[in-house]
Amino acid sequence: MSAVTQSAGSARIAAYAGVAALALSLALPFAVSGFVVFQLTQVMIFAIAILGLNLLTGISGQFSLGHGAFFALGAYAAAIAIDSFGLHYGLTLPLAAMICFLVGFLFGLPALRLEGIYLALATFALALATPPLLKFSLVEGWTGSVQGVFLAKPSPPFGLPLSDDQWLYLLTLVVGLALYRVARNLLDSRTGRALIAIREHPIAAGAMGIDLPAYKTLIFGISAAYAGVAGALSAIVVQFVAPDSFAFWLSIALFVGLVVGGVGWLPGALLGGAFIVFAPNIAEGISKGLSGALYGIILVVLIYLMPAGAGGLLRRLGLAQGPRTGRSS
Amino acid sequence: MRCAPWRRIWFAASATAMVVLAPHAVADDLPGVSDTIIRIGNISPYSGPASAYSQIGKTIEAYVDKINAEGGVNGRTIELLSYDDGYSPPKTLEQARKLVERDDALLIFASLGTPTNSAIHDYLNGKGVPQLFVATGASKWGDPKNHPWTMAWQPVYRTEAGIYARHVLENRPDGKIAVLYQNDDYGRDYLEGLRAGLGDRADSMIVAALPYETTDPTIDSQIINLKASGADIFVNVATPKFAAQAIRKAAEIGWRPMHILNSVSQSVGAVLVPAGLDAAKGIISAAYLKDSSDPQWAEDEEMAAWHGFMDDYYPQGDRNSNLTVYGYAVTKTLQHVLEAAGDDLSRENVMKVAASMENVRVPMLLPGITMTTSATDFFPLQDMQLMRFDGERWQLFGDIISE
Repeated sequence: MSAVTQSAGSARIAAYAGVAALALSLALPFAVSGFVVFQLTQVMIFAIAILGLNLLTGISGQFSLGHGAFFALGAYAAAIAIDSFGLHYGLTLPLAAMICFLVGFLFGLPALRLEGIYLALATFALALATPPLLKFSLVEGWTGSVQGVFLAKPSPPFGLPLSDDQWLYLLTLVVGLALYRVARNLLDSRTGRALIAIREHPIAAGAMGIDLPAYKTLIFGISAAYAGVAGALSAIVVQFVAPDSFAFWLSIALFVGLVVGGVGWLPGALLGGAFIVFAPNIAEGISKGLSGALYGIILVVLIYLMPAGAGGLLRRLGLAQGPRTGRSS
Repeated sequence: MRCAPWRRIWFAASATAMVVLAPHAVADDLPGVSDTIIRIGNISPYSGPASAYSQIGKTIEAYVDKINAEGGVNGRTIELLSYDDGYSPPKTLEQARKLVERDDALLIFASLGTPTNSAIHDYLNGKGVPQLFVATGASKWGDPKNHPWTMAWQPVYRTEAGIYARHVLENRPDGKIAVLYQNDDYGRDYLEGLRAGLGDRADSMIVAALPYETTDPTIDSQIINLKASGADIFVNVATPKFAAQAIRKAAEIGWRPMHILNSVSQSVGAVLVPAGLDAAKGIISAAYLKDSSDPQWAEDEEMAAWHGFMDDYYPQGDRNSNLTVYGYAVTKTLQHVLEAAGDDLSRENVMKVAASMENVRVPMLLPGITMTTSATDFFPLQDMQLMRFDGERWQLFGDIISE
């Protein structure tokens, strides 16, 4: 009984805090300099990709070390649609989502017969293959090969009194919140419960009549679509795509972001995004020559202090709800 | 509203970020300049796939220390902010924006890499911030009409290829040329430069041009096919590992053409020794900097000064790598521009001074090579000298050649 009251009370506090935080995140771009707005936009972009990865790994229990490839695909889809076909940049987001969903789904069909680390390795191969594929001579006319594709910076629509940076921040915020909402709703749905059942006990899930391959490929496609939207936003914000932007470290960075934020805890994606953007800067601030090693040390310390990511730490401190399932950390 | 807790964290994180990232601008009307300092930005790959090139950035830092220890530039200390981009273009943009918008740097100096500089090309030109002496050999950096704030430094790949074309036309006008090139912008720039240099004879003279990918394990089959084309001139546009393989393979199959090796791979230690000094005998290449491992400069004053600098300011640096020589010479060029700009250190004037160099010479350039720029010429270095490998070391020959 008391537990119920407490949870209702904390829910109310959480609601107030949520409104306050939303107001703050809307006000933030007007309070800080353009450069910081740009950085925060990048944090949110990585957060969207990690959110997708979290759906895959945290909810359905499959590993991908290749989400950088879908990020790249989304970025190139957006860049080519704008550059070669004159599409409005806003329309490239659903386009990137659709293309990445399709490719993710098709890749998932054979690959998801693989389990655990074998799937991770198959997706890793995808990440390794991406930069050379982008330079491949057949697609050179669109991708610009190593030269990449340049885009113009989009200005705020309807003559809104915003700077370009503020507009892109708000656009990314809205897209991110919408995608977060979709992810939450997905989890609360029949599909979400089926996915959690697959993670917890695939054989039992199969015995209950859940179509394992269908659900696994579906969530892989959705997860790829999230990465694709993030990639498209990245192309629009950075205004430039090149194969070197999507080297295999990007896939690793997304995976690291997922673990740091907390596997299975969706809001952790934002912390993961912040880690990707700021951790290298902090490491570099301490020592340039050793920045790679320091990045590793920061990572090891974080994992040591929070073995279940930021989500796990907050749960332990009673600040966050448990994961969406009974898996204990 | 279940999502509230993460917003709370976000709040905390943003608040922290605001404190950490609070701007600390120079309190003056000129960006990056006060009575006591000049703030210069640099972006180098200290981590990531191209981190071998970070030696340039480290040499620049060391040489700036030397300038400051000796009193700075016209009484001002140079405050060099050198950031790591890991050779990732989005990170380069982030670091460039940090340098311009937060650190208020006067200019971005010797930022390294073609894709990375591409990502900040439009941004810096839109902001009117000099992107001075970029450390890349692509030919797009000297375009004052469209990008008046960006200037190259080293001879671009096309220039070098044009010099080889001239040499071929003068010495083997009836030769048949085979080209091995890396399949990216670097390789293609060379190929284009070679074609441009040969002019209307390009199609008849180039009998074979085969690309390789950096992921290829060997380039043996390309060499066999190039030999089969019947060419008697071989232009080797490969990075060190592949260039060494090409030299070795050509010798193995008894192909002895006039062998022209691009400057990227002219290191004796890293390329010619592994390839076999005998196999490398007679190879021709072009240079613009003094090679620190070349005994002919043993008594050279500039070389002695460079060694002194390495002893005092960068003892852990690799003296056999031309990257440390490069970093030294390019920073000398910056020093020249800042000194010549005097007390008018506005971005416009710095760019104007950089674009009006007249036969400027900095130490470690080959004797006779100078830098000249104008409002329409944003390529400071366009001269090189040919050299031939005698089985032990490079021997310079002929005159200084401009494209």
